[in-house]
Amino acid sequence: MKKIFENDGLKKLILLILIFGIVQLLITTGIISPYLQETLVTLCINIILAVSLNLITGFTGQLSLGHAGFMSIGAYTCALITLNMPTTTGFILGVLAGAVTAALFGFLVGLPTLRLKGDYLAIATLGMAEIIKVIFINLDSITNGAAGLNNIPQFVTWPWMFLFTAGTILIITNLLNSSHGRACISIREDEIASEAMGINTTKYKVAAFTIGAFFAGIAGALYASNFYFIEPNQFGFLKSIDVLVIVVFGGMGSISGSVIAATALAVISTLLQSFSEVRMILYAVLLVIIMIFRPQGLMGSKELSLSVLGRLGNSDSKKGRV
Amino acid sequence: MKKVLSLTLVLVLISTLFAGCSGAANSNEIRIGINYELTGKIATYGQSSVEGIELALEQINAAGGVNGKLIKATKYDNKSDNAEATTLTTKLITKDKVITVLGPATSGAFKSTIPVAIKNKVPVISGSATADDVTVDKNGVKEYAFRICFNDSYQGTAMANFALNNLSKKKAVVIMDSSSDYGKGLAENFVTTFIAGGGEVVAQEAYVAGDKDFNAIITKIKDKDFDVIFIPGYYEEAGLIIKQARTQGIDVPILGADGFDSPVLLELAGPEALNNVYYSNHYSSLDQDPKVVKFIQDFKAKYNKEPDAFAALGYDLAMFAVDAISRAKELTGPAVKEALEATENFEGITGSFSVDEFHNPVKAIVVIGLENGVPATSIKAGQ
Repeated sequence: MKKIFENDGLKKLILLILIFGIVQLLITTGIISPYLQETLVTLCINIILAVSLNLITGFTGQLSLGHAGFMSIGAYTCALITLNMPTTTGFILGVLAGAVTAALFGFLVGLPTLRLKGDYLAIATLGMAEIIKVIFINLDSITNGAAGLNNIPQFVTWPWMFLFTAGTILIITNLLNSSHGRACISIREDEIASEAMGINTTKYKVAAFTIGAFFAGIAGALYASNFYFIEPNQFGFLKSIDVLVIVVFGGMGSISGSVIAATALAVISTLLQSFSEVRMILYAVLLVIIMIFRPQGLMGSKELSLSVLGRLGNSDSKKGRV
Repeated sequence: MKKVLSLTLVLVLISTLFAGCSGAANSNEIRIGINYELTGKIATYGQSSVEGIELALEQINAAGGVNGKLIKATKYDNKSDNAEATTLTTKLITKDKVITVLGPATSGAFKSTIPVAIKNKVPVISGSATADDVTVDKNGVKEYAFRICFNDSYQGTAMANFALNNLSKKKAVVIMDSSSDYGKGLAENFVTTFIAGGGEVVAQEAYVAGDKDFNAIITKIKDKDFDVIFIPGYYEEAGLIIKQARTQGIDVPILGADGFDSPVLLELAGPEALNNVYYSNHYSSLDQDPKVVKFIQDFKAKYNKEPDAFAALGYDLAMFAVDAISRAKELTGPAVKEALEATENFEGITGSFSVDEFHNPVKAIVVIGLENGVPATSIKAGQ
């Protein structure tokens, strides 16, 4: 029994199944109402977006303001597929196609723009997202222009949502723990030094960008499959900033930070709902206060991992060991 | 194991915390929901609408409510965000147990809430969602979606007829906002009707929302032979176009739609430029109808400002919903929906109307004429 709990992978699996099971149970018993389910979907989408942007901005150090653009590609691709094929197969196909298209776009955009640094890259990615938006507005015959796509079938349920969110987090954490991930982090720390160590910086930057775009595409596809309606103007500059706020708030370079920040912001926003007129003011004030007292974000670049949790939980029984 | 247990407990506790707040239904009140853009980029529309709605509800409750029951409205802010609009309509219907949801103001946000309404069989009504495909699309009419404003194409058609019949103009230039569905829809219907009515569209130019300098467009059309300009777009750009056109010496009548209805139009164009300008609108403050006069008085008394079209539509929206609720056989979504469908000759501030088979109102349009930036004439057109 003890052996099983020493195994990290298994522990993770058990924790995931537990979270899934508890939430599923709460939904079936009606404790999590349809309204909270909708909030949960928004939360999961924000987690996917933040974690994938964290890979680009937090870990690889490339400031990208174009995440909403990739999200919109995923959303439109998935919506167009499910509108013509309103079955579960169509949905899975739509999510995958959305993710792949977004990744492809990320790759094509990343190749030339990732030679830029800092502010220049930020502006280039910002421009890219605007271009995507304008293309969707003008592709009248396919995307229905500025009026947007209506009546998109809804497929997203908690099991799907959990699968994609947990999958995104697991894949990106594993990636970061691999040699590829270390290469990305080294680029953030010092690009010239890592190049001198023989790391092909362009390759890893483009790879991080493409993978980030892939998961943003998934988030977009899930968005379209839950909220029935998409229009180009939803995926503007402000959407990208929203995601960036979560990343910075949680800590640049901390996956668990992004998850915690997304959750915290969702809870704050929900709790403030009864104060509709002053909600956004309170929300902004809270953000400002938190950033003043924790400029490095909630988690900094630390991770809240199972081993840390384990140490906390077992500290009384295994004091001598650490 | 201890930590797993404690984690589980924490999760359960947190979720019960949220679940605890659903209120018990009080049999002496009727619950309706308000889901509007109170913050965000189009907050002015939402705020005006809600002011109108709240004025109406206040008057209804002061007069004793509906069939002896008071109306209790739950108001949420959707931050001008479509996803938030969907979430809040879900909340209003499933948690607050409302039997009708008013809003949101814009077509996009309203469309995002319609599937929720259909799924839960509770009607949603918008006062200002004017896009053509809001209540009906290629799959047929959307059962639980209603609106009390005319649609975009109707405005385009009405303005074309106004130019042909009231102004006797035959040669038009169209300068449209190509970045919005609103602009495109209006332009398309204007052009079709204008040509069908014997007119000629001399030139069609386009701009995108956010443009500031229109001199290139104006110089291009200046030498052409035309006698009327139609600008399907919003006041931010229309104000500048009018100013720049008048500065370049173009003095033909300029036509627009309800996108012109904002005090900002006057600020941008200036009073000298705003002569011979006509736009279609939902209501006119010049109307001498006693209902309208009383509404304007009450609104001024409560908010100390002039009501705009959104406030008038909001007022009508609340009255319209309550009218249907009072006629409904029982206080459930499907019964209210049937009552809404059966509405005939509802007397509102924005005109009297009946609901047609596509859940749109059949109502007259008002064309307002400006003199030195101030509404001077108002003509009812079309029905």
